[in-house]
Amino acid sequence: MIPLNWLLLVSAVLFAISVAGMFINRKNLILLLMCVELLLLAVNFNFVAFSRYLGDINGQIFVFFVLTVAAAESAIGLAILVVLFRERRSINVEDLSTLKG
Amino acid sequence: MELVQILFWVFAAVLAASALAMILVKNPVHAALLLVLAFFTSAAIWLLIEAEFLAVVLILVYVGAVMVLFLFVVMMLDINVEELRARVTRYALLGGIVTGLVVFELVSVVWSRSLGIDVTVGATAQPAEYSNTAELGKVLYTEFVYPFELAAVLLLIAIVAAISLTMRKRPNLKQQDISAQVAVRREDRVRIVKVDAVKPDAPAPEEKAP
Repeated sequence: MIPLNWLLLVSAVLFAISVAGMFINRKNLILLLMCVELLLLAVNFNFVAFSRYLGDINGQIFVFFVLTVAAAESAIGLAILVVLFRERRSINVEDLSTLKG
Repeated sequence: MELVQILFWVFAAVLAASALAMILVKNPVHAALLLVLAFFTSAAIWLLIEAEFLAVVLILVYVGAVMVLFLFVVMMLDINVEELRARVTRYALLGGIVTGLVVFELVSVVWSRSLGIDVTVGATAQPAEYSNTAELGKVLYTEFVYPFELAAVLLLIAIVAAISLTMRKRPNLKQQDISAQVAVRREDRVRIVKVDAVKPDAPAPEEKAP
């Protein structure tokens, strides 16, 4: 069978890749949203692995809810993206400087 | 090495490669398709560790719904990719350092063996009649029924929010305004005009036929 630390290693690598993706694609809002999805996948990996190895099904329930929230989040994020593109004709994060943040 | 372990490393390699390619490709459509590949391989690994229900849900929900939504949006918007990719290398060094730190910290935690469980042995396989879906359902509909309902409400809110954000009024659209129709009063529509009764003139005398 697969040891737990292999799974945790894969999850850590996946998490790190998505963090790097946020740095590399920091101007493209769509790719930022995709990197968030990948990040949540890495977290779900940990939940599933620990749930399986501790024999506790509650971890998998939590993954279920994380999936629900992630689906809602990406739907609203994409809706905001579409509205933004209609207003500005661009999805560059640097164009979003109205609030002077 | 067992077959399961070999399969695990194959899937892990595909997963890491597709994730890496996803953050590096120029075209957002290719990035979305590579993310689909990453979700598929993750589902395969979840199948290997006997989390069957979540593996199927991952494919159905993520690949079937969320990524299709992403692809729709990416293809609908006319994005200038070249402009967005400019000056990427400015942040590559910082990104590399942060990524290395994340990997180092997580791996050092994983290998320190202070988790209270022996992480280097595999979990015992479930018996053949064990059903992951049934076990999840037993817990989900009893202990977690209230969070389950809340999740449903959350999805409803997300639907309403997404639709109301993206809906726009078209200028030339002809449609009914129900509330205006209901609120209409008699005075707005009917005008009573007093017309004095006029006795019509006597008809002209008929001309005599010649």
